Amino acid sequence: MTAALETDTALGKPIRRKEDAHLLHGQTNWTDNIQLPGTVHMAILRSPMAHAKITKLDVSGALKQPGVVAAYGAKELGDLNGGVPCVWPVTDDIKMPAFPALAIDKVRQVGDCVAVVLATSVAAAVDALDSIVVSYDQLPAVTDMEAALESGSALVHDEIETNACYVYKMPCGDYEASRAKADVVVARRFINQRLIPTFMEPRSVVAAPMGMSDEITIWSSTQIPHVLRVLLALVTGIPENNLRVVAPDVGGGFGGKLQCYREEILVTNLAKKLGRPVKWTETRSENMVATHHGRDQIQDIEIAATKDGKILGLKVTLLANMGAYLQIITPGVPLLGMFMYPAIYKMDSYDFTCTGVFTNKTPTDAYRGAGRPESTYAIERIVDELAAEIGMEPMELRKKNWIKHEEFPFTTVAGLTYDTGNYEAATEKALAMFDYDGLRAEQAQRRAAGDPVQLGIGISTFTEMCGLAPSRTLGALKYVAGGWEHCTVRALPTGKIEVVTGTSPHGQGHETAWSQIASSILGVPVEDIEVIHSDTGRAPYGMDTYGSRSLAVGGQAIKAASERLVEKARVIAAHQLECSASDLEFVNGSFQVKGDPSKSQALGAVAFEAFTAHNLPPGVEPTLQAEATIDPEDFSYPHGTHLAALEVDTETGQVKLRKYVCVDDVGMQVNPMIVEGQVHGGVAQGIAQALFEGAEYDDDGNLLTASLADYLIPSAADLPSFETGSTVTPSTTHPLGTKGVGEAGAIASTPAIINGIVDALRHLGVTDVAMPASPQTVWRTIQAAKGGAK
Amino acid sequence: MAHISVTVDGTSYQGEVEPRKLLVHWLREDIGRVGTVVGCDTSNCGACTVLLNGRSVKSCSVLAVQADGCEVTTIQGLADGNDWHPVQTAFKECHGLQCGYCTPGMVMAAVDLLSENPTPSESEIREGLEGNLCRCTGYHNIVKSVAYAADLMSAGPTKGAK
Repeated sequence: MTAALETDTALGKPIRRKEDAHLLHGQTNWTDNIQLPGTVHMAILRSPMAHAKITKLDVSGALKQPGVVAAYGAKELGDLNGGVPCVWPVTDDIKMPAFPALAIDKVRQVGDCVAVVLATSVAAAVDALDSIVVSYDQLPAVTDMEAALESGSALVHDEIETNACYVYKMPCGDYEASRAKADVVVARRFINQRLIPTFMEPRSVVAAPMGMSDEITIWSSTQIPHVLRVLLALVTGIPENNLRVVAPDVGGGFGGKLQCYREEILVTNLAKKLGRPVKWTETRSENMVATHHGRDQIQDIEIAATKDGKILGLKVTLLANMGAYLQIITPGVPLLGMFMYPAIYKMDSYDFTCTGVFTNKTPTDAYRGAGRPESTYAIERIVDELAAEIGMEPMELRKKNWIKHEEFPFTTVAGLTYDTGNYEAATEKALAMFDYDGLRAEQAQRRAAGDPVQLGIGISTFTEMCGLAPSRTLGALKYVAGGWEHCTVRALPTGKIEVVTGTSPHGQGHETAWSQIASSILGVPVEDIEVIHSDTGRAPYGMDTYGSRSLAVGGQAIKAASERLVEKARVIAAHQLECSASDLEFVNGSFQVKGDPSKSQALGAVAFEAFTAHNLPPGVEPTLQAEATIDPEDFSYPHGTHLAALEVDTETGQVKLRKYVCVDDVGMQVNPMIVEGQVHGGVAQGIAQALFEGAEYDDDGNLLTASLADYLIPSAADLPSFETGSTVTPSTTHPLGTKGVGEAGAIASTPAIINGIVDALRHLGVTDVAMPASPQTVWRTIQAAKGGAK
Repeated sequence: MAHISVTVDGTSYQGEVEPRKLLVHWLREDIGRVGTVVGCDTSNCGACTVLLNGRSVKSCSVLAVQADGCEVTTIQGLADGNDWHPVQTAFKECHGLQCGYCTPGMVMAAVDLLSENPTPSESEIREGLEGNLCRCTGYHNIVKSVAYAADLMSAGPTKGAK
């Protein structure tokens, strides 16, 4: 017997967020706000060179500066110089070089940590960095992935004697046979450029020994307090039970705070060593070099098809830039994309090879979408190129090859089984919202008139795998951790509800949405439910928030725990009402005797009975709480159709995004307002990759875009409003029917924009445009196509 | 060290500061007004925006000593007791914030924008907030929030609902 979802519940309503009141009044608890008595502040001397031997390091001068408490290089730190962990050794023979928190003998990226100073104020610590004497012997920087793999290249890590981290192959079917059968083979090289996550709150961490106990509490601006606790225990040797990790208000993450950073290790170890609170907050310029980057792949992709547009096979050969070191899931990010190159399309064969490459750049790792934006970009771009090659309308080509609604569940050539989807419905709705035919007509007119401003229409019909679970699958991919999620629901004696979740929000609105789920089952008003999260002391079990997993996985745990609580309460209520449990129905938060609504007991009253325990049925334990740990049977597969209309000035290269329409199918929506917000933000980040952002390095390995003055994240003036819609095809593998939504927009929008620019310029001979498609890049692309200046 | 006297959110504060200290660091470190936050070190992000004598400034580009004798309003002083400022009400109603880190600056910039232009068009809102970066919302709902706040404010002096 399970509690039925009430028809008129909080579920599915655009309830305004509980989170907002404190955020809108500045009553916030960002990690950098924490000021504990006796705190020492850590400042870091970072390498200005991408690759160099440290020939001399003397921190003694810093110790003489006012306010300085301690200063350390790797030598002084000794055993406390922990190593940054990587939990995803993707192959048996992967090269996993050490990543010491403070560099030992050699620096391998601009921003590598060389020494730290601890002082009684931030200013004193920063000032004292100038008194550290350090000498470098510069080495040739490895910055180009292809050159890095040539024999004779300088080596990022001498001891492994290669810059190749790993080679991963996944052959599915016989691609060469497909290729031999094909009338058309289109090959392209796409560059999925390096991006910097650029969450708005810089990272910050405070660690404090908590008095007489052995506990060290660590407050960190992290997405993963639970995972971080385990990793810090393994890295520092401090017993896990003595570590409490709290992620207070966290200002965005986008994967960039899915990490066990060297600064978190240093602050924890130094708090223990010094016996007092240690605090570090990064500056934005530090963030640009020291927080992990994302993307950075060279994608060689080849598609084989018949001349009437049936896709036969796909071959993908990647070079994936690891950067200088492996961080938490650096090697695994391309594998999260590996499964998704075939995307929504049916084909006979798929051949995937990825080579991970070390360079003297900031390590890469998860950034919103992590692998799937890269794969979606490549497949949606090459499908457009195939359409152009065979002279077929690009949407028609997609329709011809996509998995039809009635074919679900469908096992793709890459081996995933998509539970549900309705690409027809999402596309039909998007085309109508967009006025696709009208814009195509305008495009033809402008082209015929030779208008200097050409119109392009960009299509992206995407799907993705998210909701990182199931644990067994992750294990098969050699990922060290699982993908479950936990929830405890407690009915307090006064009738208030606590939902203790293992997810760790940083902008996603879990407090509101989780309350809605629990409310819909418990019949308790949303405002009477408190969601407890992001503190291993208060919410001890969890796998945290990333990979669009919180609702897809965590939401199911809330549902299951809430239902279990109702079932325990039912037994108690039946005892109180002197009837059998099966005679009770649970309506609007109250147990009623069937056929006699005058006999009832509200959940709150049951909770009080469970608290006093004066009159419980035999064998029923006091207290009213229930827990659930859920490990879904599969990933979730949201999908959607995104359409962009772009005006491209062929004389200046300026691109104007005129209209952006997207219809996303993320399954059942707990709070459509939050869903829409997630789509907006994701779409904006994907557009930003297409048009604005790129982490640029020079040949010496210097990051040229190392501040917000140089790395262009869009402002309100750079973007239009978006027209969003949705279809609802419930997931069948997730009991709530939900899918993930956090990354979908960022996965979908990038190819829509670039396809649109190429579509505007194809008649000029343009077949690709590099990202970010700045006016200069677009102008040069047009000139090159005309045979002019490059 | 220099002596300064600044009124912040209606309370007068006196103190000795290093001449190099930025207003935002003085607010956060010296007088504990941590609602105003730091998002960058190049004056690009606008997270630290406050009102200085009624006009918006990025408090990372003002020295604390320059605020001597001035009146500063931060996000923590915007509401009138329990009555929310219409911009705060509008941001909640229109889901104009997600992680909330840009919010203190975004809201203060919006307050200043609306004091200058009570009926801004969408493009005027977008241009007006160009100096404040948000990474979560794609600005869509921030723009809606500011437009809605303009409606609330033009509807008269009724106070924003919670």
